[in-house]
Amino acid sequence: MIKDILTARADFPILSQTVNDLPLVYLDNAATTQKPQSVIDAISRYYTTLNANIHRGNHTLAVYATQAYEGVRKKVAEYINAPSTNEIIFTRGTTESINLVAHSFGEAFVKPGDEILVSQLEHHSNYVPWLLMCKKRQATFRVVPFDENGELNLEIFKSMLNEKTRLVAVNHVSNSLGTVNPIRQIVQIAHAAGVPILVDAAQSIQHMPHNVQEIDADFYAFSGHKMYAPMGTGVLFGKETWLEKLPPYQAGGEMIDHVSPEEVTFNILPYKFEAGTPNVADVIGLGAAIDYINQFDFADLQAYEEELLNYGLSLLKDIEGLNIYGNPTHRSAIIPFNVDGIQHYDMGVLLDARGIAVRTGQHCTQPIMDALHISGTVRASLALYNTHEDLDALAQGIRRVIRMIRR
Amino acid sequence: MTEKATIKEIEQELIDDFNLLDNWEEKYEYLIELGQDMPRMDPTLKTDDRLVQGCQSSVWFDIHCQEGRLLFSADSDSVVVKGMVAVLNQTLNGQPAEDVLQANLDFFETLGLWRHISSQRSNGLTAMVGHLKQAAAECLDK
Repeated sequence: MIKDILTARADFPILSQTVNDLPLVYLDNAATTQKPQSVIDAISRYYTTLNANIHRGNHTLAVYATQAYEGVRKKVAEYINAPSTNEIIFTRGTTESINLVAHSFGEAFVKPGDEILVSQLEHHSNYVPWLLMCKKRQATFRVVPFDENGELNLEIFKSMLNEKTRLVAVNHVSNSLGTVNPIRQIVQIAHAAGVPILVDAAQSIQHMPHNVQEIDADFYAFSGHKMYAPMGTGVLFGKETWLEKLPPYQAGGEMIDHVSPEEVTFNILPYKFEAGTPNVADVIGLGAAIDYINQFDFADLQAYEEELLNYGLSLLKDIEGLNIYGNPTHRSAIIPFNVDGIQHYDMGVLLDARGIAVRTGQHCTQPIMDALHISGTVRASLALYNTHEDLDALAQGIRRVIRMIRR
Repeated sequence: MTEKATIKEIEQELIDDFNLLDNWEEKYEYLIELGQDMPRMDPTLKTDDRLVQGCQSSVWFDIHCQEGRLLFSADSDSVVVKGMVAVLNQTLNGQPAEDVLQANLDFFETLGLWRHISSQRSNGLTAMVGHLKQAAAECLDK
């Protein structure tokens, strides 16, 4: 049976508490989403009944824990329609997923004079790893600019691809502006030039259905904690053909096949990239989060969130002196704004005094702030449990802050 | 000229004032007023070398040492941070450098408001206090 989205809010215990003696209005979902009771219970149940180190133990708990952990790998593969569980690597989050590829891909394929192409819309986590890798390998780091609407110009992107380009790294949704990039088209353009592509799906994984085979990206990175799962969980999807060619990222237990003083051989995929004891409990929480999301119909969820976003945008546009950044054709769940004459920091602190949680600052996207010539923004970001009331409270709060400061 | 109140005495006055206010919003409102009422900083002093590092907003401090006392003017482009600056101005400006160095400023906790904002690394309260204490130490060395 399909679950009604309006019942979602009650599944998240944290949302019923008060903050600063006022009901919590949580609008910082692009930073992290809250967790439903079923995810919290799954972690608790794991430690209460199942905890054991996985893969190598032969006792009952170890076998069950391994089955549960590998069961989540299968669940993740199905969630994004990956052809094989060998292509699902568990990491600590999007940042680690991207660092893994930057390190291992760089080592295998990037030589002095080669080029890496990223977009100006990237979070630092899909910018700095490539920048550092380029410096280390004497490769050239190139950035595709965004236009006045906050969208990437695909013609410029196309023109920047050449025979030296080794990889493209781009996000599906900008964490700072909410721009939904035409990712299928971007992948096609990169592939037409013979260049593999990594997609940072951190801000899209919770808001829209994902089909890595249809999108055809070579690497796909996302975090659990932005999709109602625990912190410290993340996924790297990589096409098996690529992952087979990449050297390991970290070394240790689990990732080896045979070790002697003379030689080390590596384990098969996906274990080659999972050195050490993994975060089993939280991965099981990730599985519970996927089960939670799967109760909804994705079309319903998207329609609900889109209506909510448009409602919020229209409320905020009515506030005098309030500027919303970017005007992309497709925007997802993120409203970045400032009010004339009011520091984003002040807006954030004073909204918090009314129990409203938003994020302020640069959102780990200094290149975007530089391009917009601003020091930062206030960012309200949505999840499936948000309501019109949350956005009403935000709009009222902003008006109140304006009165407070402008007196 | 009347003897300047000690840091502890001024802290207590501020605690009493803030205690009169019912909720967080009123406390912030009062804090913003304190900032707005603070003596203006000469705009030509707002240079990059007077910026305090470690704040999400810009904060400028112009600090002098005169007869063993710390004298400063300051400003911020954030009204909330400017309020914090005003509290520092009330408590520490004109105090003996030795007292500034010794001040533990735990009254920030007692204000209630501060338990909340003093733990945020972004507002730079820790950075501002550190900056003033360093100036106080240099003042004592002279």
